[in-house]
Amino acid sequence: MARPVAYNVNVKKLENDISMVDMPEGYMGEGFFATSMNKVVGLARKNSIWPLPFATSCCGIEFMATMGSHYDLARFGAERVGFSPRQCDLLMVIGTIAKKMGPVVKQVYLQMAEPRWVIAIGACASSGGIFDTYSVLQGIDQVVPVDVYVPGCPPRPEAILDGFIKIQELVGKESLRRRNGDQYKALMESYAIQ
Amino acid sequence: MPLTNDHIKQRLTGKFGDQVMNFQEPYGMLSFEAPKDMNLKVISFLVDDEELKFRFLTDLCAIHYPDGKGRELAVVYHLHNLEDNVRIRFKVFTDITKPDVYTLTGLFAAANWMERESYDFFGVNFVGHPNLKRILNVDEMDYFPLRKEYPVEDQSRVDKDDEMFGRG
Repeated sequence: MARPVAYNVNVKKLENDISMVDMPEGYMGEGFFATSMNKVVGLARKNSIWPLPFATSCCGIEFMATMGSHYDLARFGAERVGFSPRQCDLLMVIGTIAKKMGPVVKQVYLQMAEPRWVIAIGACASSGGIFDTYSVLQGIDQVVPVDVYVPGCPPRPEAILDGFIKIQELVGKESLRRRNGDQYKALMESYAIQ
Repeated sequence: MPLTNDHIKQRLTGKFGDQVMNFQEPYGMLSFEAPKDMNLKVISFLVDDEELKFRFLTDLCAIHYPDGKGRELAVVYHLHNLEDNVRIRFKVFTDITKPDVYTLTGLFAAANWMERESYDFFGVNFVGHPNLKRILNVDEMDYFPLRKEYPVEDQSRVDKDDEMFGRG
C-alpha cells in the first residue's frame, strides 16, 4: 500500500558538486578585478557568520536539529557556533526569556563587538508568545534591537534556516557606514546603549 | 501498630486540645489547622513525638483566599513520616493586612527557600527568617503577583489585542 505522504518523489538533479557564491558586480580585465569594498566585505561577512546561540527552551531543541547533519546550518557558512560573545557576529535568542533573564541577554549583546546582528527565534523570543504573564519578557526587542524575527511555536528548522538566510541578506547588503549613521545611533540610544 | 489517621488525630488533640481543629481526610490524607502563633509548637510536636515522627518537610506553600475575612492567607505545611510512610497536611491562616507567621527555618533548613518563595509570591512575612527577600521574581517587583487582586497578564503590553487572545 502506498504511503499517504511520499517524500523526495521528484528527484532534483544535482547542479553542482560544490556551490559557490556569485562574483559581485565589477570591472574585470586581464589580471585584475575591481569592485566596491562594500560588496567584498558583505560577501565575506555573510558567508562566514559566527552565531552565538542563546537557547533557553523548546525552540532550542529545534535549533539543535538545525545544527545537526540533516538540516546542517554549516552549509550557510555558520559552522562555527561560538559561546563567547566577543567573537560572534549573530546573537540567536531561542526560547522564552523571563524578565529576570532580560539583563543577561542585554549583557551578552553588549559584550559582542560591532557589527552585530540579533535574530529572535520563536514566538516567545519575538513577543512573549503564550506567556502573557508578569514574569516573562514580552519580546526581546524590549531589551535589545532585533534584526529578524522567526515566528512559530516552535519554528521548524526550515523556518530557522529561512530566518538565517534573511540575516545573510541583511549582512550582505549592509553599507559599511551604517553603524556610524545617525539612525543607528538613535536606535542604540533608544535602548540606552552607548 | 501502623500509624493511622485516627491515632495521629488522637495524639494531637490529646496534646493541644481544641486548638487543633478542622480535621479532614481528603483522599485519605489527614489535614488540619491551628492558630498561626501555634505553628512552631504543633510542628515541633509532630517532629519530636516518638510515635508521630514527621521528620521530613515535603512542601511549604501559601494560598490566597480573598473571601475569607481575617484569614485570607494560608500557609500550608506538608509533612512526611518516612518510617511509616504517612503524610499529613497542616495549615495556618493569617490576616492579609498583618501576614506575620513564625519561620520554620529553625526546625527545617529546607524551609528557607520555600518560605522565600511564599514571601515572593504572596507576601507572607516569616518572622525570624534569616534572609527574607525575593527568590524567583525580579528584585524590582513591587507587588506579590499571586495574590488574587493582581491579573496574571503582563501589564506593560500595549500591542496584544485581548480579543485575539480569547479574553475580550
